[in-house]
Amino acid sequence: MSFFDVKNLTVKFGGLTAVDNVSFGINEGEVFTIIGPNGAGKTTLFNLISRLYTPSAGQIIFRDEDVTRLSAQQIAGRGIARTFQNIELFESASTLQNLLVGRHRHSTTRAWQDILRTKKVRTEEVAHRRAAEEVMDVLRLQRYRDTTIGALPYGVRKVIEVARALCVGPTLLLLDEPSSGLNVEETNAMAEWILEINRRLRVTVLMVEHDMSLVTRVSNRVLALNYGKMMALGTAAEVQGHPDVIAAYLGT
Amino acid sequence: MAHHVRTGYGDSDPLFLSKAAVFWYAVLLAGLIAAPYVIEPYYLSQLVFIMIYAIVGVALNILSGQAGQVSIGHAAFLAIGAYFTAVAQKHGVPLVLYLPLAGVFTGIAGYLVGLPALRLHGIYLAIATLAFAFIVEEIIARWESVTHGNEGLMLPPPSLFGWKLGTEGFYYLCLLVTVLVILAAINIIRSSTGRSFMAIRDSETAARSMGIDTASYKTTAFALSAGITGIAGALYAHKMSFISPEMFSLAVSIDFVMIIIIGGLVSLRGAVFGAIFMIMADPLLIILKDKVPVWTDAMMHGLFLPDTVTQAVQAGVLRVVNAPGLKSLIFGIIIIVFIIYEPMGLDGRWQRVKAYFKQFPLARQRSARPPRMFLKSERR
Repeated sequence: MSFFDVKNLTVKFGGLTAVDNVSFGINEGEVFTIIGPNGAGKTTLFNLISRLYTPSAGQIIFRDEDVTRLSAQQIAGRGIARTFQNIELFESASTLQNLLVGRHRHSTTRAWQDILRTKKVRTEEVAHRRAAEEVMDVLRLQRYRDTTIGALPYGVRKVIEVARALCVGPTLLLLDEPSSGLNVEETNAMAEWILEINRRLRVTVLMVEHDMSLVTRVSNRVLALNYGKMMALGTAAEVQGHPDVIAAYLGT
Repeated sequence: MAHHVRTGYGDSDPLFLSKAAVFWYAVLLAGLIAAPYVIEPYYLSQLVFIMIYAIVGVALNILSGQAGQVSIGHAAFLAIGAYFTAVAQKHGVPLVLYLPLAGVFTGIAGYLVGLPALRLHGIYLAIATLAFAFIVEEIIARWESVTHGNEGLMLPPPSLFGWKLGTEGFYYLCLLVTVLVILAAINIIRSSTGRSFMAIRDSETAARSMGIDTASYKTTAFALSAGITGIAGALYAHKMSFISPEMFSLAVSIDFVMIIIIGGLVSLRGAVFGAIFMIMADPLLIILKDKVPVWTDAMMHGLFLPDTVTQAVQAGVLRVVNAPGLKSLIFGIIIIVFIIYEPMGLDGRWQRVKAYFKQFPLARQRSARPPRMFLKSERR
C-alpha cells in the first residue's frame, strides 16, 4: 500500500468521459507530475482528488483511508492542499491574510471565543502568524506581507498561492500548472521552490505541468494523459520517449 | 509620515493602530458620555437612532461586507427582536435577560434563513431574504393573540434592576450596547472566523480547498448578523415605545442596505458613517424644505423680474419641495452617485482625506486611485 493511490478513477460529464479508468500511486516524498495535451483531463483529475468534483467510479486512497467520499473541506483537513491554474486568491485581502486563511485547519477556536477574543484565541493567533511568517521566509514574500493581492503582479500571486497552500501544513501538495503565466526567471525560481518544498519541508508533490524543462528538473515520475486515458507512466525521460506521447503531442 | 512599528506577532491586529487613535476614540467616547448634558433633547434622540442604525449597519457589514451574502430583509430581524422584547417585557422578564435573549432568539431565526442561503447566490438570495421579510411582516400582522396585529403593541419604559430608565439612562444603555457590538465585530473580523467569512466572499472554491466548511460559516454569518440586528430591534422597540407591523416594511430594509452602501462596505467605521448619514439626512431635508422657498424668494426679489414670473417660480418650487416621494428620489440619486463615484463609501473618502493630510504636501490624487486591473484572475 503506497502513500497515495488512485484506483480506476472515472468521471463522466454527460456523454463525455473526462477521466477514464485512471490508476496510479504516489510514494511518500516524491514529486509526481501529470502531463498531457490540452483537454487531456489533468485539471479534472486534480478537481477529483481535491473533491471539487465527485468521481463517477473508482477510489482515492490517502494514507490507508478511503477519501473518495469526503467533502473538499475534509480533504484539506487530511493535509491535502492545492493551488489553482487560474489563481483563486482572496483578492481584496492582504498576502498575510491569505496565508492566515490557509492556517484554517489548525484553528480550534469557536465563533463565540473569537467574539470575546479569549486567551486561547490570542495564543492561536500568534501561532498562526508565526507559521505564516515562516512560509513567507521560505518563499521570500515578506515585502508583500501587507499588500492587497489585487495590487500584485501575476508572478507574485502565483507564489503566494503556493505559500497559502503550504500554510495548510500539507503532507500532499497539489500544484495545478505552477509555471503557467510565468517568465523564464520566475519559472526557474518556481522550480527551485518546488524542490525546496519537497526536500526541506518534506512535502510530497503532485503537479500538473506543461513546461517540460521544469518537469524534467523536479519530477521523480511522470504520468501522461490523453483524452482522459493513461498513456505512459515512468521517469520524465521514459515518458518523453514513449511513442504514444510523441504521437499525442506532435500528431501522427 | 508616522508609521506604526510592530514589535511582536501578538499585536499584528491591534484594536487601536496608534496612541493618537486611542486618544481620539477616548475624546469621542467622552463627548458621547457628556452628550445628554450638552445637546438638545431632539439631537439626543437622533443620536439614539444613529446608534440603533449603526448596530444594524455593523450587523450588515458582517453579513454583506465580510461574508459577501446579500440581505434585503433585515427589517424582519429588527421586527423579531422588537416583538420579542415587547412580549418578554410584558411577561415580566428583566431587561438584563431579555436584551441578550432578543439577540439569541433573532440569531436562531437568522440561522434558519441562512439555510437556504447555502444554495442561493447574489440576486436569488436577495429575493429569498425579501420573501422572508414579507413572511415575518405578515405573521406579525396576523398573529393577533401575541402581537395584537396591526393595532400594534405599547411598551412601558424600560427598567434596569428596578430603576426606570429615563431618556438619559436609555441613551447610556444604547451607547454601551453599541460599543460592545462594535468591539465584538472587531474581534470577529480579526479572528479565524472573520477570515473565513472573507475567504467565502472572495472565492468559495478556494475557501473549501483551504478546509473551510463554507456551509457552516455562511449560516454563522447569518446568525450573527441577525442576532446583532435583533439586539438593535430590542433597543428600537423601547425607543419607539410602540411597535406595529408597518414599522418593519421593505423600505426599512432598503434603508439598512443604504447604510452600508453609503458608509462603505468593507469597514465597520463605514457602518457608523452610514448610520449618521441616514439619520441626519431626514432633519436636513426638512430644514431644506423650509429654507429653499425662502432662498428662492430672496433670489427672485434680487432679479427684479415681472411679478407673474416670480409667482410662477415660487409656486413651482413649492410644488417640488412638497412633492410626495421627493425624499426617496433624493436618496435614490445619492445611492447612484455613491455607487459610481465612491464605491468605498464615506469611509473610503475619509481614508483618502486622512492619507492626504498624512502625506501633505506630497499627496497626489492619482496615487489614491486603485490600479486598473487587466489580469485574468480578476475576472469574476
